[in-house]
Amino acid sequence: MSNVPSNLHYTKDHEWVKVEADGTVTVGITDYAQAALGDVTFIDLPKVGKQLEAADVFGTVESVKAASDLYSPVSGEVIAINSSLNDTPDLVNREPYEKAWMIKIKLKSPAELDKLLDSSSYQSLL
Amino acid sequence: MSAELSRTPLYDLHVELGARMVPFAGWEMPVQYSGIIEEHLAVRHKAGLFDVSHMGEARIRGKDAAAFLDAIMTNEFSSLQPNHARYTIMCYPDGGCVDDLIIYRISKDEFLICLNASNAAKDIAWMNSQVGNWDVKIIDECTHWAQLALQGPFAEKILSCLTHLKLDTLKRFGFLIGDVAGAKDCIVARTGYTGSPGFEIYVPAAQGSAVARAILAKGKPDGLLPIGLGARDSLRLEAGYPLYGHELSEKISPIQAGLSWTVKFTKSQFIGRDSLLRQTEKGVASKVIMYSLNDRRIARPGATVFSGDQAVGEILSGTLSPVLNKPIGTALVGSGSKTDTLTVDIRGTRLPLQITQTPFFK
Repeated sequence: MSNVPSNLHYTKDHEWVKVEADGTVTVGITDYAQAALGDVTFIDLPKVGKQLEAADVFGTVESVKAASDLYSPVSGEVIAINSSLNDTPDLVNREPYEKAWMIKIKLKSPAELDKLLDSSSYQSLL
Repeated sequence: MSAELSRTPLYDLHVELGARMVPFAGWEMPVQYSGIIEEHLAVRHKAGLFDVSHMGEARIRGKDAAAFLDAIMTNEFSSLQPNHARYTIMCYPDGGCVDDLIIYRISKDEFLICLNASNAAKDIAWMNSQVGNWDVKIIDECTHWAQLALQGPFAEKILSCLTHLKLDTLKRFGFLIGDVAGAKDCIVARTGYTGSPGFEIYVPAAQGSAVARAILAKGKPDGLLPIGLGARDSLRLEAGYPLYGHELSEKISPIQAGLSWTVKFTKSQFIGRDSLLRQTEKGVASKVIMYSLNDRRIARPGATVFSGDQAVGEILSGTLSPVLNKPIGTALVGSGSKTDTLTVDIRGTRLPLQITQTPFFK
């Protein structure tokens, strides 16, 4: 069974979104996604400062089996990337919701958060 | 769709073990259990058990059996001794491959052929079309057998607890017939598709699951794991073994694939001989190379290979080598291209191919 923490928002593309105290958001991929991908070997992330629109491809996650695009859940500016994933991409398999966060985004429009799924809606897709 | 997929005698066992099942060559097969890298390393360092029951089998019987095989295969079978097996290509007249096969000599007039799952029906039809006046019968035994592969440094220790067959007398490509874990008439061959030592075991289909369970139980203390098709592919690529549809095909001949050693031109005639001899003497337009990448990105089949700005080929297979911890694979490139300056395009990034002549794992 996949782990779906109740304090996060989700997309149908299996990204999670955590709203931080300062209003920025942290983005990663879900436990279900990492299990479906299998052993993750490489993650291509954008540069800090990149402007993203919701549903833009912001990077690639690659496993032994296949390469998959990563889609931005929201619009805004990339203000941080998790560079530890360069050397330890398998963190995505081990701790998808904690150490394997991928990017932090400064939201353009906080109202976009309302379009995301809550944990029970996401769970029902799995 | 899924209703059309075949299931092996081990299907229920795969589900019990938590395998992720995928469609492969018309079969519902386990792609992984615990994870491709963990399974791969288990085979390299301990032992692994594969269900390869999707592979097909055909028996060739008759007083012309050896001569018939000599006429339709690139390798030679009249010289093969009973209880020995040999790898071969079966070619079309133009040198393209019908399939690559292992053939076991059961007795003077009887052979068992192991067929690739996706090619089994095509192979049997092709062989039947070549019978002509030869005194041979081709018997489809695809549903008769479950096939298991037990591979890894502990394979012999584990299997020897489950059979009275004298495994220590078996040389590479030798085989014995007898009981394994209570199942009668099993074929146990010292062959494999991983580069690690081990066995391939043909079990009558009805006993396949019981024998697999016995092997898994016996091997557990030694770290034996069930292995899916994902690790089967990364293991064979590290060992430099071709996979039909990738390094060999109707369009890629054994000469292009670097398998000249399987082609016996000393035989006066066999299907494909003239074309393969011409390729050997005049050279081939393109050939299969093995490469690694000094990067984390994996080049996938179909990715374009460049020499400078010129497209000169494409990737045939690609994976991560868990032993080297870097991407490896094969490519088909024009024979004239300089192999020290080849690059591959991965989503817009050009990465240099490090060409190797020898397999990554031996």
